[in-house]
Order: sequence, then C-alpha cells, then structure tokens
Amino acid sequence: MKYSFLSLVRNGLSYHENWARQWRSPSPKREYDVIIVGAGGHGLATAYYLAKEHGITNVAVLEKSWLGGGSIGRNTTIVRSNYLWDETSHLYEMSLKLWENLSQELNYNLMLSQRGVVNLAHNLGDMRGISRRVHSNRLNGIDAEILSTDQVKALVPILNTSPNARYPILGASLQRRGGTARHDAVAWGFARAADARGVDIIQECGVTGIRRDNGQVVGVETTKGFIKAKKVGVVVAGHTSVLAQMAGLRLPIQSHPLQALVSDPLKPILNAVVMSNAVHAYISQTDKGELVLGAGIDAYNGYGLRGSLSVVEHNLAAIVELFPIFSRVRMLRQWAGTVDVCPDASPILSKTPVRGLYFNCGWGTGGFKATPGSGFVFAHTIAQDRPHPLNEPFSLGRFTTGHLIDEHGAAGVAH
Amino acid sequence: MLWIACPWCGPREETEFSYGGEAHIVRPTNPEAASDAEWADYLFMRKNTQGHHREQWLHSAGCRRWFNVERDTMSYEILSVYKVGEQPPRGDA
Repeated sequence: MKYSFLSLVRNGLSYHENWARQWRSPSPKREYDVIIVGAGGHGLATAYYLAKEHGITNVAVLEKSWLGGGSIGRNTTIVRSNYLWDETSHLYEMSLKLWENLSQELNYNLMLSQRGVVNLAHNLGDMRGISRRVHSNRLNGIDAEILSTDQVKALVPILNTSPNARYPILGASLQRRGGTARHDAVAWGFARAADARGVDIIQECGVTGIRRDNGQVVGVETTKGFIKAKKVGVVVAGHTSVLAQMAGLRLPIQSHPLQALVSDPLKPILNAVVMSNAVHAYISQTDKGELVLGAGIDAYNGYGLRGSLSVVEHNLAAIVELFPIFSRVRMLRQWAGTVDVCPDASPILSKTPVRGLYFNCGWGTGGFKATPGSGFVFAHTIAQDRPHPLNEPFSLGRFTTGHLIDEHGAAGVAH
Repeated sequence: MLWIACPWCGPREETEFSYGGEAHIVRPTNPEAASDAEWADYLFMRKNTQGHHREQWLHSAGCRRWFNVERDTMSYEILSVYKVGEQPPRGDA
C-alpha cells in the first residue's frame, strides 16, 4: 500500500486498526542468489539496491534478532558529508544525495532535516584544519562554509562564545545540507521497499557458520538450518570479527562501546547540529525536543552494550562548557552500542579472499549517514563481483598496500 | 567503570589507565624478510575476540608500567592480571 494523506485518513476512520504489515515474515527458502547477513540499515539498503538497481530479487536478509535492532536504532542520527579526503567525500556525498530523495523514493517519511552541521574550532590548529577541510569540500562539490565567531553566535545564540571560556570558539565550519534524519525509519523504509520487491527478510535467524567449498562460499549455517547461496554479503557492524572468524578471515576491525544520551524533551532551543572534535562532543535537538548527545568511543574492546561512566562525564562536561544553559537539563536515557572501528577510521566495502563472500564493515562511529550510499555501492560490489568506483579505495587490500584513507581527526570523525 | 588491579599498585579506577589493545602480538622477527601481507597482519589485523580477550593496559597515572589483562569483552569481567612476559594464568581462550 502506498502511504499518502488519503491512506492516513482512510485508516484513521477505522481507528488505525487495519494497517497492512509493512513486510512479510517468510520462512527461509533452501537457496538464494544472495544472502545478506544483518538486517540493519546498511544490510537492508544493500538488499533494496540489489533488487532495484541490479534486478536481483532472490535475496534473503538474515537477522539474528529483530530488524533494525542494532546501531541503526540507537545512533545519534547525524547526516553530513564534510569529510576531508576525496575518497571519503565522494562516498558520503553520494550518500547524502541519496538521502535527499529517499523519503519520496521509499514512500516513507525519514524526517530528513537539513538544519546544518556546525563543527567548532577552539584553537588556531582547529581553525586551520577547518579551513583546509572546507576548501577540500568545495573542490569536491560539497557545500561548506567557514563561520566567524560572530556568525556562529548568530546561528546558535546559546553557545558560550566568550573569549574567556575554557574552550573559546574561534570559528566553525558549516555544512548547511547536513542535519539529522529519523534513524529507525530508515531501516523500516528500506525493509518495506526491499520486501515489496521480493526480498525475504528473515528475523531471529542467527548465522552460526559460513560454509565454503574450495575457497568459494556455498551458503550459511543458521539457527534455522543451512541456506544455500553463491554470494554472501556480511554487514554486521560490531559483530564483524565474529563473522569473519567463521570464514577464517582476519580483519583490522576492533569492536568498541559507543555511548550516547538523550535528555528530557525541551522547547525548541538548538536549531543546528553542533559538533566539537577538540572537546569531543556533539549535540542536536530532535523534533520531539530531546537533546541527543554523544561522545567518543570507550577505549577498550567491548561487545557488552555498555561503557564506562567516565566517558559520559567527559562528554557532559564538554557540553555544559559549550552550552552553560544546559547545565540543569536532566538526562532521560543513556545507552551504548557496539561499533566496528577500523585503524584508519574509514570503512571496508570489499571482496574477500573467499570467492562470493563480501564484507561491509568498519564504519565505526559514523555509519548512519552512509546508510543509503553504503547499500548502493555494496549492492554493486556483490552484483557485479567488482567494486563500484566509489568503493574501490575501501578494499581490504589497502591494509597490505598501505593506501590507507586516514580520516582520523582530519575530518573530525566525531559523529 | 572498570576496576583494574595493577600488578604493582593494586586495584585502581579505570581512569588511571590507558588501553593498549590485544596482547601477545609478536613483531616480525626478521623485518627485512617480512612480506607486505605479514606486515599488514602484524600492524592491523586483530582477533577482536567476543569473550575472553587478552589485552595490554598501561597504568599511565600510576606506576606507568605495562601489564596484561584477560577480560571478558561481553561482561567486562577481569579474569586475570599478569605481568608482561608472563604466560596467562588461564591456558585456554
């Protein structure tokens, strides 16, 4: 069913009790052309673009728990493309362009709000880094501006721009096309659209093994039995290493806890996404009024969906210093997700030494914004058995050749 | 917050320590002869174990010495602490 004002009225008349289910819950078939492991945003996007762009509809997306229950459902929703290096800029910018039409394309309100993303500079080094990045963005056709302290103050009046602040604000970069989107809706929208094109989304179906024959994938062992497939795409974020081990691969991925917080709902007060890499904090306000805050990862490896309080304290101290007005805001929830961090803070979208096995991982703390773009190029990689020009630099081989794409700090990898 | 027992200073809060990643990674013994793939493995590839993980910690705000910890990456429970050069007290994992 197409969602529209008319369908809303019609279903309203029957007390919203007769909405059709957004996707089926099929039992797995014995064989698929492609199996995607992981029904998060990137996995569902991959399935959608496999069906839409490549006509491959005999696809299953296997999910060990429920659809969209991982980081796609618990991230801080920031969308932007102001990265430093050409490779990353092109990938994220393509993704941002997909975002801009995605609500219409999926017939699903993703609530993309291009309210602007502000990256603050607190010292001369920050300021130089920001101007370098803004110029690099412009050369790559990405909108970017440098703001002075006064312009920052005009845009976000509640920021403490006093020169006596602990972290004085010397200026900022601004990407006006950046902003936020409704995170869980992206998973649902892709799931519904992929399902409509014939993709089987199989929930509560954990993968326990990747069966290979002579260096070629033949299928996956799951909690619902063996499923045959010639191609398997693994998109499992924090659990990448666990799946890699099943296929006998070693990857440069480390799983870390990443914490975030959300406050009580407030009246509208913050109209942009504000990030500061120097003090390691970022904040935005949702349409419901809650402040969403995040920080960096916990230093240690962890799959436990929780982190240490010291990281949260550090984050809040920075936020209160930047926004003294928030000092009495009460936090509603605090949580952690597991993120797959790569040594160069860039993702891996790659073929592997096992034929027919593809990995999409290493997005670390910033995969949300890339959801459509990642799915688009990964679907291409799987369908054509060769990378799309945009993800060619993001191969696993770069760790052997040394062609790393070092986005750490350079583009402000805070998210 | 982890509560880590430094082998020299005793139990202290996590904030006194720095994390050093996977333990027992051996540098290529003959660097000139190591291939690019071997260097890549040494530099970048990690076990990233879900479960019992042997890792290095530095008591950076204390005695400033490195040591090894075996920790469960699911429950974050610290299973054992042992000095650099020592074998882990628990043989498996």
